[in-house]
Amino acid sequence: MREVPLQTEVKSAKRIKVSSLAKTRKRSDYFWAYLMIAPTMLGLIIFYLWPIVQNFYFSFTEWGAFGQYEWTGLDNYKRLLEDAALLKAFKNTSIYIIFTVPIGIFLSIIVAVLLNQNIKGKSIYRTLYFLPVITMPAAIAMVWKWMYNADYGMFNYLLSLVGIDGPQWVSDPNIALYSIIAVAIWSGIGYNMVIFLSGLQGIPKMYYEAAEIDGAGPVTVFFKITLPLLSPVIFFVTIMSLIGAFQVFDLIFMMIGKSSTALESTQSIVYLFYQHAFVLNDKGYAAAIAVLLLAVILIITAIQMVLQKKWVHYD
Amino acid sequence: MRKWVIVLLTVILGVLGLSGCSDSDTASGGEKDGKVEITYGFWDKKQVPAIEEIIKLFNEKYPDIEVKTEITPYGQYFQKLETAATGGALPDVLWMNGAHVVQYAEGKVILPLSGMAEKDNYSFDNYPESLIDLYTVDGNVYGIPKDYDTTGLWYNKKIFDEAGIPYPDETWNWEKLKEAAKQLTDQEKGIWGYAALMANQGGYYDFIWQNGGYIISEDGKSVGFDKPEALESLEYNVSFIKEGLSPTQAQMTETAASELFSSGKIAMMFDGPWMVPEYKKNPDLDVAVVPQGKKRAVSIHGLSNVISSNTKHKEEAWKFVQFLGSKEAAEVFAKTGTVIPAFNGTQEAWKESVPNLNLQAFIDGAEYSVPLPSVENTGEIWQYETDILKKAWSEEASIEEAAEDLAKKANEALAK
Repeated sequence: MREVPLQTEVKSAKRIKVSSLAKTRKRSDYFWAYLMIAPTMLGLIIFYLWPIVQNFYFSFTEWGAFGQYEWTGLDNYKRLLEDAALLKAFKNTSIYIIFTVPIGIFLSIIVAVLLNQNIKGKSIYRTLYFLPVITMPAAIAMVWKWMYNADYGMFNYLLSLVGIDGPQWVSDPNIALYSIIAVAIWSGIGYNMVIFLSGLQGIPKMYYEAAEIDGAGPVTVFFKITLPLLSPVIFFVTIMSLIGAFQVFDLIFMMIGKSSTALESTQSIVYLFYQHAFVLNDKGYAAAIAVLLLAVILIITAIQMVLQKKWVHYD
Repeated sequence: MRKWVIVLLTVILGVLGLSGCSDSDTASGGEKDGKVEITYGFWDKKQVPAIEEIIKLFNEKYPDIEVKTEITPYGQYFQKLETAATGGALPDVLWMNGAHVVQYAEGKVILPLSGMAEKDNYSFDNYPESLIDLYTVDGNVYGIPKDYDTTGLWYNKKIFDEAGIPYPDETWNWEKLKEAAKQLTDQEKGIWGYAALMANQGGYYDFIWQNGGYIISEDGKSVGFDKPEALESLEYNVSFIKEGLSPTQAQMTETAASELFSSGKIAMMFDGPWMVPEYKKNPDLDVAVVPQGKKRAVSIHGLSNVISSNTKHKEEAWKFVQFLGSKEAAEVFAKTGTVIPAFNGTQEAWKESVPNLNLQAFIDGAEYSVPLPSVENTGEIWQYETDILKKAWSEEASIEEAAEDLAKKANEALAK
């Protein structure tokens, strides 16, 4: 009877000793960890977090010339509610997202699966698909703009050979947005492909061997093994592509001229933001647009985080 | 204790590292080997050869002042300046246009030059009075005129010859222009008679003035876009597109009208003297004065060189601006045929620089020219013009709707 409490006493004494030791060690570990990430954190705070705070503050102000501003309370947000151009920009951006994200992901999975096979010259193909990613977006936009040119462009020349009078790819308000979407998909495949390739290579071979023994065909293998095991990667790529697509700007800026008749039907939220911030010098309102965009992206990403439990398999 | 020292050191090192990045990149240049470096910001790369020659001449006089050029395409020029001005990082010397001078002068980001000019006995009488007026804000001159430009009716002689029509001359009016455009248009060959540009200078401004209208009222409180004279002028412009005599707005954004013109797809178009270096390459092209409406009018505008308030080398910048405004520099511009130099008396040399073009047309225009209106919010009004009038040009909206919308937005901007 006496031994038992004694034992527990010893045990608890030991535990106290161990835990206080762990605490001091933990504390010094934390210290070094924080010290190591301090340079990065500082950069993050100075260049990302602080501007976000400032932007939030500026969204309640109205700007004059050369950096003077005054507090106007909720005026900018009231304007947001009745701005038809903003609504149109949201619509354009939504169309852009609905097409580029799913089609882009679908195509890059296909390309990644194909290039994951043992085919001849696969590194050459991988390089070719990755090339647009390391090319400057501005250069991509310029080259495509030339190809799209209605009078002298390559596409309309090819169409004219078969007797078709090609459209004005980037000036026709009904087509321009889709022309941009095509370029966006084309230039985005390579980046996603590389991530999917690494995901594919992380799937253990034994599943495929087991499937082969059980007599599963390639289609069944793809849908029952590859896709579920790739789902964490698909989830990651979806989130990143969505955020990227919400912020589309460069392609539109480069390919659609300022006096183009197609500008209204292509301008994205960020384009509108740019227009107010740097062309009309309406920086307060631009800040409010940026806050709204941040909120929308946060909400959509949060929804994805909740939904992922239903379809993402972590082994 | 020691830990805190380490933390402090890390922070300091980090901050030093960061400030290290920005230190080497100040816009206002520094000094090296006793030489002072100043920066010169402008947008037109066609003028680079002339400007380089002028800098060379300048360095013969002042070998210790090094001038670094910074070219920004016109589309981004004023956006970049706006940001640079906010951060106190403007080039020491820069190009200014009439649309922005009031805003920049009142924002105190460019320096008044009158005081320095008085001290150095520098005379403003060497330039056309209208240009000095354009750059005078509250009694102070802020810019030394560099050049001026009016508009001419450029035409393709070959297309005229093939259609058997006499070349345009000073007797032409609106009806004649329309009639000729009809005769010159050849849809089978893909030739348009005229390019109805959606441009203010050398475009609808000129037509509005010719029709007796105005852009900004004399008290500076309202615009005249929705007045009957303006509506009629806009209608006249767009009618060329409606009747198939001009490329559509979409076509002109796909391929610039100037490119269509120099490749022989357009018979006539309004354009400025700044296109001389480009158009003189094609021997088929020539230029005449613009046709008249109810009266003769053509817009005039000129650029000037200004000094930024954030310059660290005010004296050197002023020397350079003086030199840019000198007869010597004007002659370089004249000789190369780049622009019409503003220095009185050097225009003849400019005219003779390209003898096979009738450049007299631009100088003639100066007589009955109207300066581009300049108020504090001109830049903003220009933006509304582009955004709204393009709907009328592309026939998405009626002229009346567009003009009314434009007048409303522009009046709001004026009331700010």
